[in-house]
Amino acid sequence: MSGLSQIVKTVSLVLFVPILTFGLYVVAHGHLTPGGGFQGGTVIATALALFLVAFGAKEFKRILGKDFLSAVESIGLLSFGALALLGLGTAFFANFLANSGGLFGKSVPVGANAGIFNSAGTIPLMNFAVGIEVASALSLVLLLMYLSEKGVGK
Amino acid sequence: MIEALMQNLPFVVSALLFVIGLYALLFKSNLIKMAIGLSIMGSAVNIFLIALGYKENSIAPIFTNAPINGSINAAKMAMPIPQALTLTSIVISLAVTALMLSLAVVVYRHCGSLNASKAWRLKK
Amino acid sequence: MINEIALHSPALAIAIPLVFAFLLPLLKKWKKLAALMALIGFGAAETMAVLVFKSVLTEGIKVYVMGASSIGQTTPPFMPVPVRIILEIDAFSALMGLAGATIALLAAIYSIKFIKESHVKYYSLLLLMLAGLLGFVFTGDLFNLFVFFEVLSISSIGLIAFWLKRSEAVEAGFKYLTISAVASLFVLFAIGLLYGEHGILNIATISRDMLFYGFAFTDIIALGLLVCAFAMKCGTAPMHFWVPDAYGEAPAAVTAVLAIASLSSVYALLRIAFTVFGPLPHTEIIAYAVIIMGAISLFVGATMSLVQKDLKRLIAYAGVSQTGFILVAFGVGLVAINNVPLQAFGLRAMQGGLFHLINHAFYEALLFLVAGAIIYRAGTKDLNELGGLARQMPLTAVFFLIGAISIAGLPPSNGFASKILIYESIYFFSPLLAVIALISSVIVVVPMVKAFCSAFLGPEIKKFKSVKEVPGSMILAMLVLSIIVIFFGLFPGIMLESIVNPAVNALLNQAAYVGGVL
Repeated sequence: MSGLSQIVKTVSLVLFVPILTFGLYVVAHGHLTPGGGFQGGTVIATALALFLVAFGAKEFKRILGKDFLSAVESIGLLSFGALALLGLGTAFFANFLANSGGLFGKSVPVGANAGIFNSAGTIPLMNFAVGIEVASALSLVLLLMYLSEKGVGK
Repeated sequence: MIEALMQNLPFVVSALLFVIGLYALLFKSNLIKMAIGLSIMGSAVNIFLIALGYKENSIAPIFTNAPINGSINAAKMAMPIPQALTLTSIVISLAVTALMLSLAVVVYRHCGSLNASKAWRLKK
Repeated sequence: MINEIALHSPALAIAIPLVFAFLLPLLKKWKKLAALMALIGFGAAETMAVLVFKSVLTEGIKVYVMGASSIGQTTPPFMPVPVRIILEIDAFSALMGLAGATIALLAAIYSIKFIKESHVKYYSLLLLMLAGLLGFVFTGDLFNLFVFFEVLSISSIGLIAFWLKRSEAVEAGFKYLTISAVASLFVLFAIGLLYGEHGILNIATISRDMLFYGFAFTDIIALGLLVCAFAMKCGTAPMHFWVPDAYGEAPAAVTAVLAIASLSSVYALLRIAFTVFGPLPHTEIIAYAVIIMGAISLFVGATMSLVQKDLKRLIAYAGVSQTGFILVAFGVGLVAINNVPLQAFGLRAMQGGLFHLINHAFYEALLFLVAGAIIYRAGTKDLNELGGLARQMPLTAVFFLIGAISIAGLPPSNGFASKILIYESIYFFSPLLAVIALISSVIVVVPMVKAFCSAFLGPEIKKFKSVKEVPGSMILAMLVLSIIVIFFGLFPGIMLESIVNPAVNALLNQAAYVGGVL
């Protein structure tokens, strides 16, 4: 399992960076534009899927192991849960960072505007958590399915 | 009659797709085809939800760079709830499809067949 | 501090199992620690469920709004409609939550020794299942009902097919996946229809809308779809084929939780029929459909149970018959809402049905745990091979006897107490129905006697000579369940007064549910 030909490998590496960047953009701007954690995470997972197909499972597992992906997934989910729990001062899921002036805490004027990146409180942070979780979980699923198709134990 | 049909085309299409998916799920014995039928049913429900949220001459419910004609009012924006529902249902149907396909893989490894009538061993 | 926790208990009851489920994969290397953490998670969730139950019984309906600036603020400022994620818990949902958390905790204790493979994946899925179950019964909003329904079914599929090496387990998982995916798409379709008609997803608001403006045609379609979906998932007669497969192949402790998960579909069915649609004339059609489904499953479950050779399938079919009891009782209750001369009997039938629902959850769990104990020691669940186990496993035999007496509805048990309520009330509605119920209940005695005799009595079999009693943790789980079952049986009056009646009144009091949010 050494993957596909050199041409495919090179082209996929060229594409890898833009796809990853786009995925990160979609995750980061989830509170301003359509998109968010799940969509961005899926885009990132497509980049990883491209890598998996082009380079084969052996190379993929050398860089991102099963245990590592599963641990990253848990960390993403846990940070989402922790962010929700931190709002318990008022209510579960309360947005304690919004309009606080600190991190992501700028208040937004009423009406249409160009979008302020540094706003929306815990929502962008939760988007990041979900993005991490979805990207790692989807690539884990793809890896396991790829392995099972090749007949390597699950 | 035709006019009414055309006006409600998304709903008709989604109902048709739902029935097609249900047919595949009930009458096909190949496990992969059953998974396909299930995804078709999921898409039918998604189309239905999206069609529910459609409002003529409305704009997307995003404040960033929204077109300003006087003051922006919420009445012009489409309600984002059906879209949020669709998104959640897409996420869930992704998980269901992945689970169904991986179970099909395991079934194939055990029985060497994807045909439900051959692979199923539990009696009725 | 304790007041704070009690205030947030509805959200914490869902959040704690979720967080612990995500935590466990990180502890893969430290297996003992992972199991300990899982048990702590189950214990904490149980504590939260108890707190919720206590506060609902003393203070009435509890509303929790997620992400609001105060937890009681159901409508955002400047907006007259409740659009936030709202948990609304009345006495019935609190009771279901408490039963679910208790059974899940006992199943987790039982699994310490019962599951010999890695605990991490198993407990993680079981915690997710508990989170889904609690969310499903606590939520006050249709869309979250759908989401938690999916969480519950996907995690239970993972557990049914937990032993991937057994092809039967994978098959049962696939079947259950098919049925639950179809059911949840039906639910989603119905939710779309209701949203299109009423423009809101909150159960209380939709219910108020229907009280004021009546039904639309699409509402009736939605009602039909929802009843179909939840009937599929609760394992009633025409769609019961997955029950013996899934219950038979899942690990025994999972089956116990799966039984209460199916009963939570009954809960959803009743919530939709009584709270959302309420006492409007069209619900009567649904009531008759529910009664007919119940009557068929009463009979089919009991007779199919007779011919089974597999212990767990036998118990599963007997369970189908008990689900029939519950549905018949609530169907009669639903008819009686609009029918004044029947009202007293309707109330009695609903009391019986609800009491039976709780009893059924506990004795079914007990029976499955006993079946698991037999599998754990003897290595088989085939009744033709088993025999003479009472010598080596006397405690297990006693536990089985307690469960069997309950499910058969013989006098000193809790099953008898609830069934007698159902018989005497549905007799006034239709004597034929009462006769069917009575006959099915008598038929169920036979497979239970057969199972007891062929598994525990009879001559000693050489193969099982070295069999020992099961380990302490498994005994503990079964013992607690037996104590609960016996207690319910000995003091049915106290149970009816303190637990069942508030739940029935909550189910009937649509105005209070609506008033909780609006």
